[in-house]
Amino acid sequence: MISLTDILTLLPESFLTLAICALLLIDLFLKPAQRSVTHYLAIIVLAVTGWLVLQHFGEPTAFGGMFVRDGIAAVLKVFVLLTTALVFVYARPYLRDRSLFVGEYYVLCLFAVLGMMLLVSAGNLVMIYLGLELLALSSYALVALNRDSPLSSEAAMKYFVLGALASGMLLYGMSMIYGAAGSLDLNTIHAVAATSTQRGLLLFGVVFVVVGIAFKFGAAPFHMWLPDVYQGAPTAVTVFIGSAPKLAAFGMAYRLLESGLDGLGGYWQLMLALLAVLSLAIGNIAAIMQSNLKRMLAYSTISHVGFLFLGLVNGQPEGYAAAMFYAISYALTAAAAFGIILLLSRAGFEAEEISDYKGLGQRAPWYAFLMALIMFSLAGVPPLFGFFGKLLVLKAVAVPGTLWLAVVGAVFAIIGIYYYLRVVKVMYFDEPDGEAVIAGPADAPMRAVLSVNALALLVLGLTWGPLYGWCAQAFGIVR
Amino acid sequence: MISLAHFIVLGTILFCISVAGIFINRKNVIVLLMAIELMLLAVNMNFVAFSRYLGDPSGQVFVFFILTVAAAESAIGLAILVVLFRNRSTINVAEIDSMKG
Repeated sequence: MISLTDILTLLPESFLTLAICALLLIDLFLKPAQRSVTHYLAIIVLAVTGWLVLQHFGEPTAFGGMFVRDGIAAVLKVFVLLTTALVFVYARPYLRDRSLFVGEYYVLCLFAVLGMMLLVSAGNLVMIYLGLELLALSSYALVALNRDSPLSSEAAMKYFVLGALASGMLLYGMSMIYGAAGSLDLNTIHAVAATSTQRGLLLFGVVFVVVGIAFKFGAAPFHMWLPDVYQGAPTAVTVFIGSAPKLAAFGMAYRLLESGLDGLGGYWQLMLALLAVLSLAIGNIAAIMQSNLKRMLAYSTISHVGFLFLGLVNGQPEGYAAAMFYAISYALTAAAAFGIILLLSRAGFEAEEISDYKGLGQRAPWYAFLMALIMFSLAGVPPLFGFFGKLLVLKAVAVPGTLWLAVVGAVFAIIGIYYYLRVVKVMYFDEPDGEAVIAGPADAPMRAVLSVNALALLVLGLTWGPLYGWCAQAFGIVR
Repeated sequence: MISLAHFIVLGTILFCISVAGIFINRKNVIVLLMAIELMLLAVNMNFVAFSRYLGDPSGQVFVFFILTVAAAESAIGLAILVVLFRNRSTINVAEIDSMKG
C-alpha cells in the first residue's frame, strides 16, 4: 500500500514535478521581456530540490522497492542539479541573442532533470525505463529547439531514431531478464542472477541491456549519433546534453548491472572492457582529425566514456566510486568547456571552429587562461580535477587480471593530450585573424560563474579528497 | 498447442524485422518510425507472453507503460519529422547527411 512515508521519501521529485508544472503555467503569463523571471525561478527550483535531496527524511526505499533513496542517488542528484544550474546560467545570453529565449527550454531541461533523478533512484526495471524515456524524450525536443536550423532538425532526427533504437534494445533485454527472473524488481533479479543455474535467457538479456547502456552513454561502436548531435544542436542545448546526462547514465549502468545483474558480473565486465577499449581508441583517434570544436569535444566524450567504463569493469566498490568521481569531474569540466564556446559566440557566429580561437591569448587573456585550464583538466594534466579522475580509475583497474586495461587507458590518455593541447597552442601561439575583442552578449553573472567553474577545476584538483570521500562513502568504502 | 517458445520466437522475428527496417531502409524516414514502433510491440509481445507464463501480472503492467511511452515517442518523432521536412524539403534518409567526420 502507498503510505505517507512513501510520498515523503519522494519529496524532492514530487516538489520538482509540481514546480515544473507551476513554471510552465507562470511562463504562459509572462511577456517576452519578462522571460528572466522563468530563468531565475528555474534556478531557485533546482536549488530547493538540491536542498531537499540533502535532507534526511523518509525511508531508504519507497513504493515497495520501486524507488531507492541511498547515498549514491544523493551524490548523483546533487551534481545533476548543480550542473543543470550552471547550464542555465551559461545558456541565457546565447538563447537571448538568437530569440530562442523561451520557457520551453527551461521546462524541457527540468523535465529531463526529473527523469535523471528518477533514473538514478530506480529499484525496478519499470522505473529505469520511465526515467530514461523522460530524459530522452525531453532531450530529443531540446535538440530540435531551433526550429529553423536544418542542422538542428537533422541532428534531432538522428538522435531520435538511434535513441529509440537503444531504448528498444534495452527493453528487449529487460523482457528477457523478466522472463528469466520472474520479476521486474532489481533485488529479486539480483537474487536470481546470483543463484540461477539456467543462465541462457538471462545472459541473452544481459547482452541487449549492455548494448542499450552503451548506446545511451555513446560508447563506441554505438557512438554514431553523438558527434552529429553535439554539432547540430544549439550550443545552449549541447552544454546540457553533454554534461548532466553522463551522471544519470552512470547511475543507470550501476543500478542495472551492479544492483540487478551482479551475479553475471564475469560476462558484462568483459563486454564493458571491450567497449571501453574501443571507445578509448575511436574517441581519441577520431578527435585528432576534427576541426570543429564541438565535434572534437563529442569525440573526447566518447573517450571519457571509455574511461568511465574502466571504473565499472572491476565490479568493486573502489572502481564504482572512481567511476562516479570521474563522471562528476567530466560533467563539471564539460559544462565549463561548452560554457566558453557559449561565451565567445554571438548571433551569426558560433565560435565552434578551432580556428576561431586563434590568438585568444592576446584578445582575452583571462578567458584563454580559463579555456587552457579546462583543456588541461580534460587531458588529465596534474594537478587539475580531470587528472585525479583518471588516476583513481586507472588505480582501480591496475590489479592483476585487468592490468592490460590500465596500460591501454594510460596510452590513450597520452594520445588524447595531443588534441587538447592543440587548442591551447591555437589560442596562445597563432596570430588572430579577426577582430580583437570578444563581442559576445555574455552577461556579468555568466562571466562570473564561468570563471568560478573553471577555477573550481583547479581547486577541486588540489583538494579532491573530500569529494572522493563522499563518493567512497556512498559505496560503503570505509577509509 | 502454442507454447511459450512460439511467442518468444515470434517476438524475436518481429524484433529482427524492425532492426533490419532501421538499418536497411535508405528511403523514407516514416518507415524508420514504423520500425521503431514495431520494435516496441515486439517487446510487448515478449512481456505479455512471459507474464502469462509466469502468472505474474507486473509484466502486463509494464506493457501499458511501454504503450504510453511509445505514443509519446511517435508524437515527438513526427514533430521532428515535420520540422525536418520544413527545413530540408525531403525525408529521404540518404539525403540527411550534411554532418560527417
